[in-house]
Amino acid sequence: MSAPPPAGARALFLRLRSGDEVARLITLAFASSILLVTVGLVYQLWVTSSLPRHKFGFGFLTSSMWNPVTGQFGALPFIYGTVFTSAIALLISVPLGVGAAIFLAELAPPRISSTFTFFIELLAAVPSVIFGVLAIFTLVPLMRDYVEPFLKKTLGGLPIFSGPVFGFGYLTAGVILAIMTLPFVISISREALLEVPTEQREAALALGATRWESTWQAVVPYARLGIFGSIFLGLARALGETMAVTMVIGNDPTIHASLFAPGYTIAAIIANEFSEATGDLYLQSLVELGLVLFLLTIVINALARLLIIATTRRGSAQP
Amino acid sequence: MKKSSFWLGAFGAFAILLMVAQAKVLINAAGATFPYPIYGKWFEEFAKVDPDAQINYQSIGSGGGIRQFSEGTVDFGASDMPMTDEQIGKFKSKPLHFPTVLGGIVPTYNIPGVTQELKFTPEALAGIYLGKIKKWNDPELTKANPGVKLPGNEIVVVHRSDGSGTSFVFTDYLSKVSPEWKSKVGASTSVSWPTGLGDKGNEGVAGIVKQTPYAIGYVELIYVLQNKMAYGSLRNAAGVFLKADLESVTEAAASAAKSMPTDFRVSITNAPGKKAYPIATFTYLLIPSKIEDQGKKKAIVTFLHWMLTDGQKYAAALGYAPLPKDVVGKEEKQIALIQ
Repeated sequence: MSAPPPAGARALFLRLRSGDEVARLITLAFASSILLVTVGLVYQLWVTSSLPRHKFGFGFLTSSMWNPVTGQFGALPFIYGTVFTSAIALLISVPLGVGAAIFLAELAPPRISSTFTFFIELLAAVPSVIFGVLAIFTLVPLMRDYVEPFLKKTLGGLPIFSGPVFGFGYLTAGVILAIMTLPFVISISREALLEVPTEQREAALALGATRWESTWQAVVPYARLGIFGSIFLGLARALGETMAVTMVIGNDPTIHASLFAPGYTIAAIIANEFSEATGDLYLQSLVELGLVLFLLTIVINALARLLIIATTRRGSAQP
Repeated sequence: MKKSSFWLGAFGAFAILLMVAQAKVLINAAGATFPYPIYGKWFEEFAKVDPDAQINYQSIGSGGGIRQFSEGTVDFGASDMPMTDEQIGKFKSKPLHFPTVLGGIVPTYNIPGVTQELKFTPEALAGIYLGKIKKWNDPELTKANPGVKLPGNEIVVVHRSDGSGTSFVFTDYLSKVSPEWKSKVGASTSVSWPTGLGDKGNEGVAGIVKQTPYAIGYVELIYVLQNKMAYGSLRNAAGVFLKADLESVTEAAASAAKSMPTDFRVSITNAPGKKAYPIATFTYLLIPSKIEDQGKKKAIVTFLHWMLTDGQKYAAALGYAPLPKDVVGKEEKQIALIQ
């Protein structure tokens, strides 16, 4: 009465033996592990921040009070500091980075280009604490003695360039973040520009465009997606950067309009206060800040994606 | 056959290793970073005294030490500040506090053109950190420092940004000497600072002060001793200006010993003695009052006795102030409470 093995099972066996199915399953498991880690992370952050979520509710996001003594915790100064410093960083690193990438990919002789690229990749590999130390010893005195007094003298009428000058503050943190995000922007933008087919350039040149016109009007728009990608990667680094920022931002949980004033970021306060946080509410408020940083990253990434979609549509509508 | 004998041999070797490991009493501890250098030295030296005991210490910070200790993931904890009643309430049997060594906190500053050592009154220090004394030539400062030409520049106030026992002791002191500080700010490992820049660790605060003209900060005595930095003297509760050193810090504990509660949970800032430096603190080991494992209990009790006697001799060389005799005597009595 022994029945022959069903054909379906045999087929499965054969497919497994051929290896394709095994590879598919294994890689699927690897891919889903990313999803699992993300979901697990959010779940854990959500569960371990239940105390402040219930106590403060949405007030946590809008309160600018951070007082461990009285047990009042609010995230606003940290959200502000994180977004503000990252914005300064991108404002500096995007024009510089994309410009440098255009030079390296389009205009520079190959030998110079490869030498520069080597150094840029080296810069990307420097640990952030090293940037922090360098910032304290070189950037901070430079900002305090030259850059900030100069800005104050020339543009002091604007509120963002007013107030006392310490060398430690939003601007210095933004500049160090710009230096740290720069290699990412350059490196990936350059790759994207190199991917652009030669025909694209030749077509533009054949139509009588100058070298620069061909680069700016034919090559750069073609590599747009890759360049945006590089900016987002830089932004992600800027939002989450901890050590270098905490070493130069001044660590003051107050919202200041002035670029020269000390501030605080989410990652910096978690790193600073977590190990000595006494009491459950205090500790869980720090965890909730982690959750806020996570959500902030998602929101900013989503906005960035919307921006891409919008610009891509507009781009494709053009002839 | 060959293969199986190899596995048998490997298993045998593993079993012997396990037995050797079993013979040693492994004790895990975690907590404060401030006393880590001396604890490391102690545990290393103690392993020679009692070869059966091995103590692993992780310097994860006082808050983490209290947390791990109350969760029971370590055999004992360590903290720069005593546990609160609320924290103790979570234990079935009350944990014991054993002061180990003392530390002091000193004001350090950077005023271009001023080479003399500055004297600080408690009012001046509180005023500066409250943001009320804004300039170096404030009368509160010039009054205490006759003969020093203090400039009219703005004071750059620097404090710790990381939660730390150092900040706890400093703010505890300010709360004692300034009612305004007590009501507005209070004492904690991290507080809502009314003014100033923050940086991580003693090295961070000292770094900003060194680099920024007209800055003032507070750092641990051990840090300025090791780095040979200049620091100011402070007026103590008896009205004497004192510059911190190991003797004056030990004296703070000695002068507070008479009124010390039996569980040692006490702040010794602003101590009454004439020779007592006002910003001093104990650092504690947190020991459970009931230890089930007899091997561990014996090792911990032996260690505590050794720490209070021979161990104290290592303190001064590493920059820690040793415990005064009165406190050692009281602690010896407390060891008997461990069941």
